Amino acid sequence: MTLDSKVPSGPLADKWDKHRFDLKLVNPANKRKFRVLIVGSGLAGASAAASLAELGYDVDCFCYQDSPRRAHSIAAQGGINASKNYQNDGDSDFRLFYDTIKGGDFRSREANVYRLAQVSTHIIDQCVAQGVPFAREYGGTLANRSFGGVLVSRTFYARGATGQQLLLGAYGALNRQIHAGKVTMHNRCEMLDLVLVDGHARGIITRDMVTGKIERWAGDAVVLGTGGYGNIFFLSTNAVGCNVTASFRAYKRGAYMANPCFTQIHPTCIPVAGEHQSKLTLMSESLRNDGRIWVPKKKKDTRPAPSIPEDERDYYLERIYPTFGNLVPRDIASRAAKNVCDDGYGIGMSGLGVYLDFADAIQRLGRDVISQRYGNLFDMYERITGEDPYKVPMRIYPASHYTMGGLWVDYNLMSNIPGLHVIGEANFSDHGANRLGASALMQGLADGYFVLPYTIGNYFATEHQEQVTTDHPAFGEVEAEVKGQIDRLLAVKGKRTPASFHKELGKLMWDHCGMSRNAKGLEQVLQRIPELRQEFWENVSVTGAGMELNQCLERAGRVADFLEFGEVMAHDALGRGESCGAHLREEYVSEDGEAKRDDDNYCYVAAWEYQGDGKEPALHKEELVFENVELTTRSYK
Amino acid sequence: MSGLTRCLGSSIGRKGLMGITGILLSLFLIAHLIGNLLVFAGQDAVNHYAHALKANAALLWFMRGGLFLVFATHVYLALSLTAENRRARPVKYVQEHTQVASLASRTMVLTGLLVLAYLIFHLLHLTKGVIGHEAWSSKLPDGSQDVYTMVVLGFKSPILSGVYLVSMALLYLHLSHGLKSFWQSLGWNHPVYRPLFEKIGTGLAAILVIGFASIPLTILLGVIQLPGGGN
Amino acid sequence: MKLTLHIWRQKDAQDKGGMVRYEVDGVSEHSSFLEMLDVLNDGLIEKGQDPVAFDSDCREGICGMCSLVINGRPHGPWTATTVCQLHMRAYRDGDTIYIEPWRAKSFPVLKDLIVDRSSFDRIQQAGGYVSVNTGNAVDANCLPIGKPAADQAFDAAHCIGCGACVAACKNASAMLFVSAKVGQFAVLPQGQTERKERVLSMVEQMDKEGFGNCTNQYECEAACPKEISADFMRMMNLDYFKSSATTS
Repeated sequence: MTLDSKVPSGPLADKWDKHRFDLKLVNPANKRKFRVLIVGSGLAGASAAASLAELGYDVDCFCYQDSPRRAHSIAAQGGINASKNYQNDGDSDFRLFYDTIKGGDFRSREANVYRLAQVSTHIIDQCVAQGVPFAREYGGTLANRSFGGVLVSRTFYARGATGQQLLLGAYGALNRQIHAGKVTMHNRCEMLDLVLVDGHARGIITRDMVTGKIERWAGDAVVLGTGGYGNIFFLSTNAVGCNVTASFRAYKRGAYMANPCFTQIHPTCIPVAGEHQSKLTLMSESLRNDGRIWVPKKKKDTRPAPSIPEDERDYYLERIYPTFGNLVPRDIASRAAKNVCDDGYGIGMSGLGVYLDFADAIQRLGRDVISQRYGNLFDMYERITGEDPYKVPMRIYPASHYTMGGLWVDYNLMSNIPGLHVIGEANFSDHGANRLGASALMQGLADGYFVLPYTIGNYFATEHQEQVTTDHPAFGEVEAEVKGQIDRLLAVKGKRTPASFHKELGKLMWDHCGMSRNAKGLEQVLQRIPELRQEFWENVSVTGAGMELNQCLERAGRVADFLEFGEVMAHDALGRGESCGAHLREEYVSEDGEAKRDDDNYCYVAAWEYQGDGKEPALHKEELVFENVELTTRSYK
Repeated sequence: MSGLTRCLGSSIGRKGLMGITGILLSLFLIAHLIGNLLVFAGQDAVNHYAHALKANAALLWFMRGGLFLVFATHVYLALSLTAENRRARPVKYVQEHTQVASLASRTMVLTGLLVLAYLIFHLLHLTKGVIGHEAWSSKLPDGSQDVYTMVVLGFKSPILSGVYLVSMALLYLHLSHGLKSFWQSLGWNHPVYRPLFEKIGTGLAAILVIGFASIPLTILLGVIQLPGGGN
Repeated sequence: MKLTLHIWRQKDAQDKGGMVRYEVDGVSEHSSFLEMLDVLNDGLIEKGQDPVAFDSDCREGICGMCSLVINGRPHGPWTATTVCQLHMRAYRDGDTIYIEPWRAKSFPVLKDLIVDRSSFDRIQQAGGYVSVNTGNAVDANCLPIGKPAADQAFDAAHCIGCGACVAACKNASAMLFVSAKVGQFAVLPQGQTERKERVLSMVEQMDKEGFGNCTNQYECEAACPKEISADFMRMMNLDYFKSSATTS
């Protein structure tokens, strides 16, 4: 099957306008006849559910949390980009597009990224209209700050809780539609499989996480806004509940998984503190605006940070990348931190950490200004570590944070399975091999508010399908499989906890498929995962029963999927014989240690097709065509 | 549904009404205290005041009726709101912990009911004369009631005075929360001046209660004596 | 360190439930409180016993999912901190810790320490938004909003909807939660059009859900992990009276 990206023809800047005109419309009176099943209630899912309901579609929305307001978009701290050019510093749609394409190391689709830049300004307008309390100047206009990888100030923010405020805006819009009866919300309800009828996505199977009841849902389209799979590493900045199950089940039903090895490791997280740690906490990238990153010039220097004199400190980002300094993109900052730690300069008990120092900024701007900008982050840091960052520098280390890869979608955000749409972090589309800061919120809301509501109508208008109810045999078959898997999990009655398997898998992936990869390590992963999986199915302990609230069972099901998904990731990382963005293959680096991209051989999207259990997935390539930007070597020096 | 009925059916509306009736009752207490303090001005002043009140029977009964209505509303709302509050937490915590709620605020219903009991006692004592009938029957030479003598005679009893003093302590607890709470319930509080408003509330409660308590106390201590200085 | 835990166990919504005593050993002071429970649960699962069910998701203090009453205090002893950010530094070797679910009629227990907070969602659905369809917005800077108003709106909007206010309130009142959303829109120009209707219907829904009545004790404010000010309740009271008086 060839992958048709369905990118419209014509000049880059006109593609979306032209496409919107070309898209077929659904008669307003007929919209209520279409039911859309939306899985996930984060920025993408909630905004899509609200916008589609406003248009008149009937929407069912599902989330595994107890309320749609708790989706993990809520944890995004720093901000959201938009090419408003309010600061008059030379920003434009094209510049945002270019920064994003370049930041992604030229592994994303031009047309998608340009559209993202175009609609970015509408997102800010929409959110302000909803009452999202963005930061403001005294004159009443919106404030901006800058983020890594760019030289303009285009990031809108709401203190250190931008994701929360944007999500609550979308949650409000969603609530309004729930109140109006246009959206039916299903909380504590986890999607466990996708149902296809005649090759089209026509429904899902869910488990009610309170009663354990397995339920069938039929619709005219399925939308996955289920987030990323960063929890494959066990320790990540994701919520503990984040999982790959919905995406992975769609993959097993035939949807292609694109670029799964593109996983972002965020440079500024609080280092691991103990073996029982369940998650890592991010310190917003915005801290790099005022904080300076350094390590001691002496290896294994155990002196406390303040007593290390200025000339014995290595501000390595400022030294290596004088133009961008501490504001280099995330992949570069993470790798640089890893390199200095691998070389023995790391700080803290584990030696896996670097300093993020605010002493200069506090001296220059005063404690009050710093507290205004980052107070909540400083407080959070102190609560977790017991150290006061106003007095001693923060200790930070990279951690898994975001996944650029995801289910393959075309320009209409539809996967290769007709009717299955994928939005937000769950798709692969806009960030290439590395995502710039403050772009995830932008993409989630762009997809949900301004792209999917147009494109899904085209699907309904052009691919007319027969009515399907949950009595269709396809539902019965998939439901039986879902129940079978649950019964299998409960029947093992082994000795090890699901979490212990997750931890072991996570360490394996982090060591060999994390910040840097090599063929040997990846082959080791591919060899080890099946063994681990086998042990899982022989020795996992899942307590309780299926028909009850059972967190152990939930966890086990998710870990089972991660245990298969890890292989797809490793295949992808192994297959991509180049270094680009967050994907660093040790075999492909330049002399000064920078990523060496190979545009001649790898300028494509790697889309993997499931071939059956235990079989290597098949690779499909979508060649990336760059007509508007020149493929250059990324340089932030 | 009209705005008013909706409001009076709601939690916020009923709390507001608690506040308003509380303020009215406090205003009554202020007036009552001013009247009572005439004891310090001597027998004639008190009796003159008492007779003036009784002379205007229509006004007196109108005021009494109004007062009763306000009081009954206050008590009824307190009981119904409390019953709802109890229902809102059917299972109690095994470990209870209080961070900031004052003792007064946590015992409003208890102090309120005890003050109600005291009030009945008070009416039976000084208004109806069922308790301490002998003192209540004190007469002036013209045959009218000698309120001054009744009060002084009554409070000479340590038991009766004790009941009054304990009741005043309970009333203080009740008012100290009530008089700082109504600012909030009625939306008149202020983020900056909240502490000041609260001090005004507790201050007023203290003044009221000290004022009331000063009468039995001074009588017990012999500062105020029977007409002619006799014991 | 070694700790004695007394944890509320309740099989399902119908079960009566009760406190069960557990001993945990080898707890690191660097662990978070929830990681301490993870360790307890790992031990239970290895023995084939039902682990303690509790809610948590982001574990960085923003999703509002975690909801434990520890020694009588929602979210435990640290101020302005959710349970997930509470660390075991707060305890000493040999301590006894009581862990209970949020207690309110409107938050029925589903299992162990997990409660159903859908009543909060229904209150929000009753009007906690500005009715603006996607695509209707004018340029964001067409609506200047002074920094003080924007900051105040944020202070209210920062509520994470965890329900600690209800859990802490002696009367299980939801006033602080409701007033935070009402207050956010009351101080913003975007919220004015629906201001009256919003406060009336959100309060009506709050009452319908069976929460208790506020008695101005401010336990909610003290327990709130996001330090939402009780002044928003004062504002809502006034707003409610004004709206009632001017709405037929």
